[in-house]
Amino acid sequence: MIPAKFAYARAESVDDAVGLLAEHGDEAKLLAGGHSLLPLMKLRLATPAVLVDLGGLRDLSYVRDAGDHVAVGGLTRHHDLEHSDLLGEHVPLLREAAGHVGDPQVRHRGTIGGSLAHGDPASDLPAVVLALGGTLVARGPGGERTIAAADFFEGFLETALAPDEVLTEVRVRKTNGAGWAFEKFNRRAQDWAIVGVAAVTGDDPGVALVNMGSTPVRASAVEQRLAGGASATDAAQAADEGTDPPSDLNASPEFRRHLARVLTRRALERAGVQL
Amino acid sequence: MPRESDNVSVSIVVNGESTANQVEARTLLVHYLREVVGLTGTNIGCDTTSCGACTVLLDGESVKSCTVLAAQADGHAVTTIEGLADGDTFHPMQEAFREHHGLQCGYCTPGMVMAAVSLAQEGGKLTEEQVRIGLEGNLCRCTGYHNIVKAVIAGSEAMSGASK
Repeated sequence: MIPAKFAYARAESVDDAVGLLAEHGDEAKLLAGGHSLLPLMKLRLATPAVLVDLGGLRDLSYVRDAGDHVAVGGLTRHHDLEHSDLLGEHVPLLREAAGHVGDPQVRHRGTIGGSLAHGDPASDLPAVVLALGGTLVARGPGGERTIAAADFFEGFLETALAPDEVLTEVRVRKTNGAGWAFEKFNRRAQDWAIVGVAAVTGDDPGVALVNMGSTPVRASAVEQRLAGGASATDAAQAADEGTDPPSDLNASPEFRRHLARVLTRRALERAGVQL
Repeated sequence: MPRESDNVSVSIVVNGESTANQVEARTLLVHYLREVVGLTGTNIGCDTTSCGACTVLLDGESVKSCTVLAAQADGHAVTTIEGLADGDTFHPMQEAFREHHGLQCGYCTPGMVMAAVSLAQEGGKLTEEQVRIGLEGNLCRCTGYHNIVKAVIAGSEAMSGASK
């Protein structure tokens, strides 16, 4: 399978990429690691006329201590996240979840910015960044703006990014001392989650679900119950509240609701909440 | 002149030798290796980033070459299964696959060996669990994996002993 014809341009800088996007509008797509976009292009489900390759922008690959939060460059690969000592110390949930994305070959290419900008509700990292209450930094022709993760995912493969914006950085709070867990249920090791749960407990609990709707969704009812001192079992009963899980070959909506409750209970238990 | 173009010039070091070609931008790395450079050891299996048969090393790390554009490998170094042996002497991982009969039909083997080499380079001497998790991106429909796992453990041991 070969993608449909496209014109290729290598971005020399973020501003250069923004310029190319501004010039070509909806016709252009950004290429980071390519592990979401290229499979779609090979199936001709995506046929961009212009591909702007960000691959040479190595200065967008970093994990930095920024005081109260950790800043992750948009082009940081899953492989680098899963081996980051800084994340291990301050945001272990992100480090752990990155190691569950795809397989080693995928993690050698795929990037956090690409995964978030793709906006697939079945991907692991969008839910993780949502659970952490992260902030995304986008640069466009008018300069830089920040977008709360809660406002970023708008629909199936749709995000708040404008067609001429580049996702340059992801900021996640340090969770030092808080409990955390990532639970993922799938049939085969390398597959997308049928359902997944990312959880941070402690004073400011955050719980988000993978593949329980057209976007990654925050399990607000679980968070409220946790804040009210509920047990893991009681809090997890609310995991599927307000969700609209998809139906596919892997699972019916009912089965997904069941999985969400079970996986949330397991995640909360692992994260230190009393059963 | 517009910046973007349907064709791109790529320079890729393949198994230590420089290659430079003008290709269509949509050329996948696996097609570049097989059809432009003429190295057909890298197999195309599923063509959907699942099976790992097309695994090669890009700057020393395993990637699925059906999901990388040749243009993305421009300026980088690729190692294929043809680049592992030293003359008539197998690479330790190849030797381990032969010794432990880590293959049956052989179709997944080039990708399996390349993924294993990458895994061993990152992890040193590997445990059975590390191998089973680390090869999650490579499918074999014949062996049931047991001999592959044995081979990769032995190969990683040999690689740790030999200079890398």
